Amino acid sequence: MSQATARVAPQQYLQSLSRWRPIEIVFWLATLTPYVLFPDYLALASQIAISALFALSLDLILGYAGVVSLGHAAFFGLGAYTAGIFSKFVWGEPFTGLLVAATVAAIVGYASSFIISRFRHLTLIMITLGLGLLLQELANSAHWLTGGSDGFQGMTMWPVLGLFSFDLYGKTAYAYSLGVLFVLFLGARRLVNSPFGLSLRGIRENWVRMPAIGAQSRAHIRTVYTISAFMAGMAGAVLAQTTQTVSLESISFQRSADVLVMLVLGGAGRLYGGLVGAAIFLIARDQFSGIAPQYWYFWIGVLLVMVVTFLPNGILGGASRIISRWRAK
Amino acid sequence: MTAPAAPTKDAIADRGVALATRGLSKTFGSLVVARDIALTLPVGARYALIGPNGAGKTTLINLMTGMLAPNAGQITLGNDDITALEPQERVRRGLARTFQINTLFAGLNPLEAVTLVVMERRGIARRFWQNIADNKEAIEEAYDILEKLKLGDCAYQTTRELPYGRQRLLEIALALATKPKVLLLDEPAAGVPQEESGEIFEVVGGLSNDLTLLFIEHDMHVVFRFATHIIVLVGGAVFTEGSPAQIAADPGVREVYLGKRHHG
Repeated sequence: MSQATARVAPQQYLQSLSRWRPIEIVFWLATLTPYVLFPDYLALASQIAISALFALSLDLILGYAGVVSLGHAAFFGLGAYTAGIFSKFVWGEPFTGLLVAATVAAIVGYASSFIISRFRHLTLIMITLGLGLLLQELANSAHWLTGGSDGFQGMTMWPVLGLFSFDLYGKTAYAYSLGVLFVLFLGARRLVNSPFGLSLRGIRENWVRMPAIGAQSRAHIRTVYTISAFMAGMAGAVLAQTTQTVSLESISFQRSADVLVMLVLGGAGRLYGGLVGAAIFLIARDQFSGIAPQYWYFWIGVLLVMVVTFLPNGILGGASRIISRWRAK
Repeated sequence: MTAPAAPTKDAIADRGVALATRGLSKTFGSLVVARDIALTLPVGARYALIGPNGAGKTTLINLMTGMLAPNAGQITLGNDDITALEPQERVRRGLARTFQINTLFAGLNPLEAVTLVVMERRGIARRFWQNIADNKEAIEEAYDILEKLKLGDCAYQTTRELPYGRQRLLEIALALATKPKVLLLDEPAAGVPQEESGEIFEVVGGLSNDLTLLFIEHDMHVVFRFATHIIVLVGGAVFTEGSPAQIAADPGVREVYLGKRHHG
């Protein structure tokens, strides 16, 4: 993984692992280019930023702690509906709406984490799937509150910071989505490079050894699951606020499955995997659905099979292997 | 000859008991894997646990460390009854183990793995808001352990790329990083070529005298060299125990253990 020899002091070595690399700065500068290069695609760019945040939240539990979820849209949808309801019945200030929505998602995440942290593997997949379906049907049946299958209407959003209102071209929406993504990314990056992040990687690498070294794996999983639910809820809230509507789709099984596909495509456990995966997935959807709208999942299927067959660590994993091989020459 | 052996006379007398079991039993269906096991490890002991394959040696370690729940019996660590405690709680109280089959963090390097253990022990593993490198003391403690076990030069190499012998040493390093009072070593040199196994037992032999050790080992030369006391386990029960000289002279042991073909 590294050619560093024991010449570097251990503390400096660990510090160096979390240093910002030039490619990261290039990446974040590139996220600004839609304003200049693709002004007609700002709505798509916002969707990507939102999905990237959602995929990042899944990466924290799946890529770092090895907790597989097939129902992560529960928190996304919870955040979306909470943001919608909050703006309709309380007020339309975006940032407070975000915080309230994310907090509600986090509370539900914390409550369910007591079940989640007891199981692994298939059981866990089924439990998360079950919880996801359960919340989806709750949202569907609570028509009086959520609008059910008609969708949630009647949101009014105040301008961001009292200055920038959400416009038709999506200029504000993209800046807002990207800003939220960036801030939470910084938080996730901090977490991954923290003592807690190391323990999560320990859980992923060897679940059996953790108790034998005195680690509190279950408590760690409860914490990360809560944080992940908070982030997912915030992603959902951003979607609700920027589109000013919430549909059942935001809490559906389809969304849970999509985000998993995005993360696996990009590469789980690498922080940027979800971000890159979300971009590839949504751009592919945009392009393929131009060709044959009903069948675009066919191509996603092809892409998914190819990636997991040839690049088990996702597109980013494959890219980093090529780069390190090239460097070794 | 399955009478539970009396508490040992040759125990390092007045230093107290580090770990003890009483009436420890475990069955899987009709298969008895532990039968009424009573053992006493005095503080600072160097005990070997021997017996033919399938005698229940690893099972006994699993029972002591809480990875298996006994059907009956009691385990005490120092003065505390730990029978009902979860494995991680036992580790926190000073009971650590290693595994016969490498149970490492394959994707982490030795520095990260041992730092992880130290941070869990120091109670800073829950901090998700600070950089790992902010904890200089914990990192240096981890590195010291690696250097002591001659793993300093490969501290930054991913575990799965390490030579097998190194991985066996890391197995011990992870356990030591919990600062145990009692350490249970399950065949520390399992699978290591004989010429290299000396290096591992050199490390084991050099551990502090305050640390109580129980190790499973098949190589009789190693057992007789490092153990002050030997426990012979057969069919899930304590067959006999005693000093190396007593065990070597015991015709019953020769018959059940050395007489049978065994493989280590």
